[in-house]
Amino acid sequence: MNYAWDWGLVLREPYAGWLIAGVAWTLALSAAGWALALILALPVALLRVLGSPAIRWLAGFYVSVFRNIPLILQMFVWFFVVPELMPRDLGLWVKRDMPQPEFTTAVVALGMYTSGRLAELFRSGIDAVPRGQVSAALACGLTRAQAYQYVILPQAFRIILAPLTSEFLSIVKNSSIALTIGVVELTAESRQIEDMTFHGFEAFGAATLIYVVIAFGLDRMAARLRPSALAVRT
Amino acid sequence: MNALWDNAAFLVEGLALSLGLTAIGVLGGLSLGTALAALRLFGGRAGGAVVDVYVFAFRAVPLILVIFWFYFMVPLILGRPVGAFASAVVAFVLFEAAYYSEIIRGGLASVRPGQMNAALACGMSHLAALRYVVLPQAFRAMMPVFLTQAIVLFQDTSLVFVVSLHDFLTAASIVANRAGRLVETYLLACLVYYLVCLGATAAVARMRRSAP
Repeated sequence: MNYAWDWGLVLREPYAGWLIAGVAWTLALSAAGWALALILALPVALLRVLGSPAIRWLAGFYVSVFRNIPLILQMFVWFFVVPELMPRDLGLWVKRDMPQPEFTTAVVALGMYTSGRLAELFRSGIDAVPRGQVSAALACGLTRAQAYQYVILPQAFRIILAPLTSEFLSIVKNSSIALTIGVVELTAESRQIEDMTFHGFEAFGAATLIYVVIAFGLDRMAARLRPSALAVRT
Repeated sequence: MNALWDNAAFLVEGLALSLGLTAIGVLGGLSLGTALAALRLFGGRAGGAVVDVYVFAFRAVPLILVIFWFYFMVPLILGRPVGAFASAVVAFVLFEAAYYSEIIRGGLASVRPGQMNAALACGMSHLAALRYVVLPQAFRAMMPVFLTQAIVLFQDTSLVFVVSLHDFLTAASIVANRAGRLVETYLLACLVYYLVCLGATAAVARMRRSAP
């Protein structure tokens, strides 16, 4: 193999700046998508547990749609299909005037996709709290809403904290799919550096290292948030 | 709809490639994943550390970046172009192996240590205890997770779009743009992926229920 190594390349301008911009876009996509996913997932999970049979079915359908279609295809649908199906004026606005069209669309796609996964996770957390807790809370005179707010959800939340950090790692990785609709995040930047310089080892190596550092940080955080680590000290 | 009918053969070929990639990824990933799990079990501290680093690295990095790595690196190492298919296969097998080795580890860990001790106390050798007591129970625990991972992989094969390999998604996007029928084509693609994954998920659930 004949290859001229040049690791300094990724520390020099303009490539260092490209990588930094890529990391910033990756983190912005992940954070915005995460916020959207959290807002949507909790009500969906609660409806799946507490709704009437029809509502439960609808919430289950919501989860299954977002989980059974590849994220890349969901990106294409939000980008190419949804504006066509909107009322004419709104569709035109999305296509012509919406600020940061690629980024905004990617955040919506990423957030909706992740909301399906988080709703499943929240539901599994609620299911993991023993049934007797609801009965006990009701017997103490709490309403069902109070029982969930003060008794079930705090315990469920504690159970899912560690898996929640690994879901955040998933959204960081999944944000790379936004490159298919034109968001130049970290993976796309490294591809661009490879394209310009033919130094693929260094370009992809730098991106890999950055992802590994992010994953390592989240992994340490997850270890601290495991239920055993959080056990109430008496 | 005519545009879709005219291109039905092209779309079906794409779907066949997606399913083929899934099959190769599952079989290759399972083989290499088993080897990794064995190395972690029997390879001593050094072997365990190697597997840990391998698994951590592949789980930290997006699959698209892995596909780029091998699309660029395999030809460079071999000194000749190998095409998108071969490099995608290498990427999927190595990537899936990391996940499968973790599933195998989880399956083995799910068998309580008392089982091993009881088998040894009955006079079985270490290998016999593994073969007749631990592995059958571990395998039963792993099976549904294997299949769920295969469904995830089927969805992930659509990422070969980034190296222009004609899987189902790429075929759909070519048809969509060529015929100028983005809405119908992409919605059809959604329906196909949804039904395949839902059918496979239902099959896994039935298997889980019928397992003793």
